[in-house]
Amino acid sequence: MTGIMRNPLIGPGVAALVVFVGLMTDQGLGLILAVWLLAWGMNIWLSADGRGAVGRFLVPVLFGVTLLVLWEMAVRLYEISPVILPAPSAIWVRLISSTDVLWADFIQTIVKGAMSGYMMGCAAAFAVALAVDRSNFLQRGLLPVGNFIAALPIVGTAPILVMWYGFGWQSKAAVVVVMVFFPMLVNTVQGLKANEVMQRDLMRTYAASYWQTLFKLRLPAAMPFIFNGLKICTTLALIGAIVAEFFGSPTVGMGFRIKIEVGRLAMDMVWSSITVAALAGTGFYGLAALAERKLTFWHPSQR
Amino acid sequence: MTDVAQARHASTGGGLLGRSVAGAVHHVMPVLVVVACIVAFWYAASVGMNRAWTLDQAERAGVELSAGEVIADAMNQERPVLPTPHQVFAELWNTTAGEAMFRERRGELRGNPRSLFFHAYQTLAPTLLGFLFGTGLGILLAVGIVHNRAMDMSVMPWAIASQTIPILAIAPMVIVVLNSIGVEGLLPKSLISAYLSFFPVVVGMVKGLRSPGPMDLDLLKTYSASHAATFWKLRLPASVPFLFTSLKVAIAAALVGAIVAELPTGARFGLGARLLTGSYYGQTIQIWSALFMAAICAAVLVGGLGLIERLTLKRMGMAR
Repeated sequence: MTGIMRNPLIGPGVAALVVFVGLMTDQGLGLILAVWLLAWGMNIWLSADGRGAVGRFLVPVLFGVTLLVLWEMAVRLYEISPVILPAPSAIWVRLISSTDVLWADFIQTIVKGAMSGYMMGCAAAFAVALAVDRSNFLQRGLLPVGNFIAALPIVGTAPILVMWYGFGWQSKAAVVVVMVFFPMLVNTVQGLKANEVMQRDLMRTYAASYWQTLFKLRLPAAMPFIFNGLKICTTLALIGAIVAEFFGSPTVGMGFRIKIEVGRLAMDMVWSSITVAALAGTGFYGLAALAERKLTFWHPSQR
Repeated sequence: MTDVAQARHASTGGGLLGRSVAGAVHHVMPVLVVVACIVAFWYAASVGMNRAWTLDQAERAGVELSAGEVIADAMNQERPVLPTPHQVFAELWNTTAGEAMFRERRGELRGNPRSLFFHAYQTLAPTLLGFLFGTGLGILLAVGIVHNRAMDMSVMPWAIASQTIPILAIAPMVIVVLNSIGVEGLLPKSLISAYLSFFPVVVGMVKGLRSPGPMDLDLLKTYSASHAATFWKLRLPASVPFLFTSLKVAIAAALVGAIVAELPTGARFGLGARLLTGSYYGQTIQIWSALFMAAICAAVLVGGLGLIERLTLKRMGMAR
């Protein structure tokens, strides 16, 4: 059994058979299957041992490109209506031709809504965490409550906050503040506890004050936890800012754009907005990860 | 250590029972105090925010109100800026216990749209269906990733990158597109839920299946265990704690997905629809009661999974 499985010709043989069957039933299907299996085979070859860094970079790229090519082929060969699924090329054309609109949306939603809310929420959570940390009683009370609230569908507060703070970016920032506050609080409080008795005793033998212990031992030791919170919150911030716009917004913003263009069935514009959101999300997360790498270079997970 | 010591200190001569009661008090008291503070703050905030309307009304009517009357009115408005806790709970009670879940309409038994249980069911059904689909697919993909190097190298970076993308942004599009090709009802909402619960499970499960150390793997090798045996007897059991951690994240995400999925199309039933109609018509009490119902649902789902987790891990001898 294993002897047959290990035969190097069996894989390509099965692939050729599948493509042949596909071609017999439908020409388009055969073509799509051929491209897919070819890319799959190349990835298997590339990911074999001993191809090192080049393979590690090329394999995921090839996978992504293959998905795009298959998508494009499926749309063209089967003439899928652009109202249902536009081709990647059409999305790209739309993205390039409407950069000004998308840029205005980006400024409104990401920079004004998400970023300001993220900074306010994380800073407030950090300050509260420092205060909570000084009282054992508050820690035992706030941590379970915070953990509980962090699991709730907080996006639901969006309509309330939009009602209170109006349609502008302020209400989006408020939603983001509420969304990022508790995950950040819980992570920071946990981080401040992440040092050992030995280390605290050492600080005591140096007669270090509370603030010296905080800045020289406990905050640096808490950094991995704090950055974990910061990274989780980047995604939450974008989701909060976009979803809050579904409840009311000025005539600019990514959530507004998605909602309106879906209504007009301009799916290429919707997909362009989603592309921008995806890029912004990845970039935002990447910034947090980069800062983490620079500041917690000593932690085992970064080596 | 300090917990035990304090509990022991608190229960002087109380024996085992007294000690556990003291331990419970030690854990529950701070939580109760924090919750009480939140409720007090809430009342204060609602008086502060609703006062303007009360004063405005009194001035138009030409009536002078005492401070006590202002506070009493601010706490019991029909459309307050911030409803007080007792108003929200009264609404919750009236729309759950006070309304039948079903009612007779045109000769058939249908869901009663005045019952919050009915709306919760409309949201929970797609949540659970999507959760089952998403976790099932996620576990399958994780198994593939662990056993196939090509799949690991090509899919994993994208699975991790997809965590950084605000996936919820595609919810409206999926709903509208599926509606336009005639798929309606439960399926579009559960697709969003499935999509959101899919990725946490993949990432957590891959971590879990890879968690056995070289020692364990070597031991199975000395038994000349096959790939399948290694999977069933070592990798799968070792991944269970990781699986439960990601399941709890996934079900919370699935619920959020189902709620948000109701927003873009103007769905008529469901907790998200309650939020939306409440915000259109300024029914703040309705919004808050829907929000609390969503919170209760999330708490029950996550708590239920936590219970299953505890029981399972105990039976497997892995309880911490």
